[in-house]
Amino acid sequence: MEYTGISAASGYALGPAFLLQDSKIQVVKSEVPKENLNSEILRFEEALGKAAHELEAIKEKTRQTIGAEEAEIFSAHIMVLEDPEYSGAIKELIRAEAWNTEWAIQEVTNRFLGLFASMDNEYIRERAADLRDVSNRLLRHLLGIRSQSLSEITEKVVLFAHDLTPSDTAQLDKDKVVGIVTNIGGRTSHSAIMARSMEIPAVVGMQDLVEKIKAGDFVIVDGSEGKVFVNPTEDLIKSYKGKQTRYEAQRQELKKLVSQPSMTPDGHQVELVANIGNPQDALVAVTNGAEGIGLYRTEFLYMGRQELPSEEEQFEAYKAVAVMFGKEHPVVIRSLDIGGDKALPYLDMPKEMNPFLGYRAIRLCLDRTDIFRTQLRAILRASAYGNIRLMYPMIATLEELKGANKVLETVKQELLAETIPFNKGLEVGMMVEIPAVAVMADRFAKEVDFFSIGTNDLIQYTMAADRTNETVSYLYQPFNLALLRLIRGVIEAAHKAGIRVAMCGEMAGDLTAFPILLGLGLDEFSMSASSILPARALVRQLPWRKAQLIAEAVLEMDNPQEIDVYVKQKMQ
Amino acid sequence: MEKTFTIKSPSGLHARPAALLVQKAGSFPCDVFLVKGEKKVNAKSIMSLLALGIEANEEIVVITEGEKEAEALQAIGELLEA
Repeated sequence: MEYTGISAASGYALGPAFLLQDSKIQVVKSEVPKENLNSEILRFEEALGKAAHELEAIKEKTRQTIGAEEAEIFSAHIMVLEDPEYSGAIKELIRAEAWNTEWAIQEVTNRFLGLFASMDNEYIRERAADLRDVSNRLLRHLLGIRSQSLSEITEKVVLFAHDLTPSDTAQLDKDKVVGIVTNIGGRTSHSAIMARSMEIPAVVGMQDLVEKIKAGDFVIVDGSEGKVFVNPTEDLIKSYKGKQTRYEAQRQELKKLVSQPSMTPDGHQVELVANIGNPQDALVAVTNGAEGIGLYRTEFLYMGRQELPSEEEQFEAYKAVAVMFGKEHPVVIRSLDIGGDKALPYLDMPKEMNPFLGYRAIRLCLDRTDIFRTQLRAILRASAYGNIRLMYPMIATLEELKGANKVLETVKQELLAETIPFNKGLEVGMMVEIPAVAVMADRFAKEVDFFSIGTNDLIQYTMAADRTNETVSYLYQPFNLALLRLIRGVIEAAHKAGIRVAMCGEMAGDLTAFPILLGLGLDEFSMSASSILPARALVRQLPWRKAQLIAEAVLEMDNPQEIDVYVKQKMQ
Repeated sequence: MEKTFTIKSPSGLHARPAALLVQKAGSFPCDVFLVKGEKKVNAKSIMSLLALGIEANEEIVVITEGEKEAEALQAIGELLEA
C-alpha cells in the first residue's frame, strides 16, 4: 500500500515499523487509608525526585547532541516540577481528601490547564504543553509505565508516532531510528525540523496511518517525495535500495564539502549562505555548510499568533542565530516583510485589490513606525552578539530608504542614551526587487552597504505576472532576458560603487541559473539549506572564466527555453 | 512589607521576565506574593504567575514576609521596573 504525506526530511529508509505508543495513561481514583497518608506523600516526592533527575539528564544530553536552544525546553519542564504551588496543591489534596497521588496530580494539572485555557497567548499555550508533559512523566513513574520505549529499540527501525514531543526527539538514537513517520505536523513542525537536523528521512502529516499500521510491518519511507509504502513488493524494495545507495553515496560526497571554501578552480570565491525563518532553521543551515545567513525572514516571528512579538522575544530569536554564526559569518536580518500574500490577522489590514502592489513591507513599516522601531531595537541589541546586518525589503524610492534610515538613527540614539550595547558599524543593505530600483541601482548603491536581489518579486513585477496565479505562471520566467539584463545592471552598478551583491530568491539555489549568475559576478548566493552543498560542488568544478563565457552567450539569446537548454548542455 | 509597582516590560510578565522573577523570588527565604486586583499569588510559582496574566503598564503589589523581606522587596522591584 502506498500513502502520501508531507516530505519533512529527504532521503530513503527501509525497515520494520516501530510504533511509539502514545501510552494512554489511565488514572483511577482511590482512597488512601489514614495511616498510609504519609507514605503516599513520600511516594509523590519520590516520583518528583525521579522525574527531576531524568529531566536533568535529558537536558544535558540534548544540550550536547542538539543544542543549547533546544535544551532550554527542559529547563522550563524542571521549573514546573519545582513549582511550589503545583507540588504543594498536590500534597494538600492527598492529605485533605485522602486521594491517591495519581488522582491528585490529575486534578491539580487540570486546574492549572483550566486557568491557562482562558488565556489567549502563545507563550501560555506552550507552558500548558510543558505542564502536560511533566504531569505525564510523573504519572508514568507512579504507574510504572516504562516511558522510554525509544531507548529500548535494539534494531534499525522506522519510527511511527502520532507526533513527536521534544522529549521524544531528544532520546532518538540516529543509528537505530532510520526513518520517521508521524500523523500530524507540517514542514516547519518540531518533529520535521529535528528530523532534518538529524538527517533522518521523514514524512509527516500522514493523518491516521499510524493507527493502520502494525508493529513489524515492513515499510519504505521516501522522505524526498513524502511517500510511505507499507509491505511493498520485492521489486519496489529492490528499486528503493538502489535509490538509497545512490543517495547515500552522493550525500557522503557532498558532506566532504561542508567546511570547504566556495571557490572556483581558477580561484574566484563566492559565498553560499542560507535563507531561514527561525533559529531552528539556522541549525540545519550550519550542518549543511552555510557560510552565514543571507536572508532571515523575520515575518515568521509575527505569523501564526494573536499579537505582535515583543522586543524581548525578537531579540532572543535574532541573538540566537547571531551567536550560532559568530563574528566571522554574517547574518542578514530582513526587516518585516508583511502584507501582499502574508497578512497578519491581528493588524487589521484592509483587503486590497492588488495586495502585491499594495501596503506591505517597508511601506507598512514606515507608516507603523511603532512596529518598525520595536523590531529595529531588537535587531540592534542582537547586533552586539555577532555579525548581524540589516536589510530593508521592497524599497522603491530613495526617500523610502532615507526614511527607514532615519528611524534607524533615532532608535540608535535611544539605545545610546540607555547605554544598551549594539554594533555601531551595523551594515545596512536593501533588497532589489522592484524594477524601478534595479534600473536606478547606481544611485541606490551609493546609499547602502550591500544589495540583495529578490528574484521572486523582481520577476513578478518585471513581467507583471502574479506569481500566485497559476493561469499566468508561464510568464514567471527567471531566464527572460529582461530579467537577466536587470540583474547584470544591478551587479555592475554595485561593483562600480564598491559594494557586494547577493541574491536571495529561489533563483540563487537553482543549479541551471547558477553558472549564469556566477558569470555575471554575483558575490553571494542565499538559498535553502539543502541546496548549499550541491551548489558548492558545482562552484568547485566550474572555472569562473567558463561561467563568464556562458553568461555572455546567454545574454545574447532571446528565448528562455534556449538559455535553459544551452546552460544544461554546457554543464554536462 | 509591601510596595506597588508598574510593569515596564512591554510584553508584560510573560516568558523570560516571568521566569526571571520566579528565580529571583525563589532565591530568598521569605514568602513573596504578587497581588493583581483581587488575586494574590505565590511569586515562587511560575504557573500561578503566568495564570495571573500580568500585562504591560499594570499595577502590581509585591508583598514580602519573613527573613530578608526588605532585600527581597528591593530585588523584585528592580526586576519589575527594569
